Amino acid sequence: MDIIKARDLVFEYIRRDEEGNVDGITRAVDQVSLDVKQGDFVAILGHNGSGKSTLAKHINAILYPTEGTLLVDGKDTSKEENLWAIRQEAGMVFQNPDNQIIGQVVEEDVGFGPENLGVPTEEIWQRVEESLKAVGMYEFRKHSPNKLSGGQKQRVSIAGVIAMHPKCIILDEPTAMLDPNGRREVIRAARALNHVEEITIILITHYMEEIIHANKVFVMDKGKIAMEGTPREIFSRVEELKALRLDVPQVTLLAHELRKSGLAIPEGILTREELADALGFPRQMPRREGN
Amino acid sequence: MSIILDHVSHVYEQGTAMEYAALKDISLVLPDGQFIGLIGHTGSGKSTLVQHLNGLLAPTGGNIYYNGADIHEKDYNKKELRSKVGLVFQYPEHQLFEIDVFSDVCFGPKNLGLDKKETELRAYAALKQVGLGDEYFYQSPFDLSGGQKRRVAIAGVLAMKPEVLILDEPTAGLDPKGRDEILDQIARLREETGITVILVSHSMEDVAKYVDRIIVMNRGQAIFDDVPREVFRHYKELEAIGLAAPQVTYIVRELRERGLPVDTDITTIEEAKRAILKAVGDREAGK
Repeated sequence: MDIIKARDLVFEYIRRDEEGNVDGITRAVDQVSLDVKQGDFVAILGHNGSGKSTLAKHINAILYPTEGTLLVDGKDTSKEENLWAIRQEAGMVFQNPDNQIIGQVVEEDVGFGPENLGVPTEEIWQRVEESLKAVGMYEFRKHSPNKLSGGQKQRVSIAGVIAMHPKCIILDEPTAMLDPNGRREVIRAARALNHVEEITIILITHYMEEIIHANKVFVMDKGKIAMEGTPREIFSRVEELKALRLDVPQVTLLAHELRKSGLAIPEGILTREELADALGFPRQMPRREGN
Repeated sequence: MSIILDHVSHVYEQGTAMEYAALKDISLVLPDGQFIGLIGHTGSGKSTLVQHLNGLLAPTGGNIYYNGADIHEKDYNKKELRSKVGLVFQYPEHQLFEIDVFSDVCFGPKNLGLDKKETELRAYAALKQVGLGDEYFYQSPFDLSGGQKRRVAIAGVLAMKPEVLILDEPTAGLDPKGRDEILDQIARLREETGITVILVSHSMEDVAKYVDRIIVMNRGQAIFDDVPREVFRHYKELEAIGLAAPQVTYIVRELRERGLPVDTDITTIEEAKRAILKAVGDREAGK
């Protein structure tokens, strides 16, 4: 079952000058067709201005297609009557945690969504508890969100989305403002939700190493899907990615450089373990401690 | 000449129930011309520290000297200090406001009281330093891409001709190419002009690649202060405080553990490549 189905999706917006006169038309998403299966972990890469956020905003009906269609769980996002069902099924988490948290207390913030859906009080508390546990933030339920770290705030934002019982979560650069630990926490939470709860995850990021566990990667450029494949397939194309202003994880780049220097290493190395294997150093048993 | 922090402490909301010590007894010397990386998890005191360097915040204990003068002496010219120690905040593009790029960059020097000609010369030079072409000068800053806007904001600070440039996460939210472009330009600028650059960053890879000194903040203290390879040798301690070593350091550690004799202090891809090629070459020659 496809949770997301885009067919020839086009989004155009009109640029206006200071006086409000039409200055031109920009096509931010251009003829995009893609399918995402329920339970997938999908990553979308692309340089600034490539159209990835614009595409993402279509998935929970913040934007509507200018042309083409987008179905979320079979529902057309351009139909007014589907709006609330779609926003409940496809939740969105943005870059800046400080813009997304409104409650004075963590558990209040997480309960806000289900409360707005008209969920009975008893069940709201249940959902709050489950959601906070799912992102590992239950012990902070009585805390003020202001006192949390960036990674913790983002996990609260994610819990707020989970409490709506979505089928799909779109994370639009959720780690851009976080320190290394915060980045790890958020990605770990997203992967756990995908694994355990089987929630579809759509992750938009500029950090290449965050997506090596995705089932599928889409690379956008000029509003179109420029590349599509598994992380290994995508990261095998180092030079093409660089031409699209992107990058590969450090281990992939190092392997690529070694390969260019004549070592027999395959393209698309994703982990340091793979690199060590490729260099002819299998894991030693029993494992020695580093010296 | 230099910036000297002598036992600097900063306590927010001192004397209230909200009292919070953000900086605890920090002593540092930041000599001219260094490229310094400042790292630490969110809330470790990095931003509080950099706001002391141009006098935006005053220490609650200790003193700060800029080129030998105490910046909190009564007669000290704070306005001049702020033009000498330029601070580029996070997401500086949110502070753009003028109708076109060129006017925006002119704002700082104009406020310094410089005449029109000097103001414009500086704005022009600053925009060139950040690599923004003439074709953008009369566009609205709001029509530019994220990376371009950020460069305009940095040019606005450069036009003040600072001796010290502090950048608070200048690459947050930029695509990989945009990150490289901005950091390459900053590195080049520093080489050409000899200004001191302080880079606040969450990217260990960027810090390892560009800076020659890293200061690690944790709970308001500078817990490490050394060249990158020495600092990243403490990767376990860094992990314990929410940081890490660059990915490439973990790669060489793994290889070493599995028997390839490579230096584990490596912090950049270039170094790793050279070391691995050499080790593999030696192995084959030995066969």
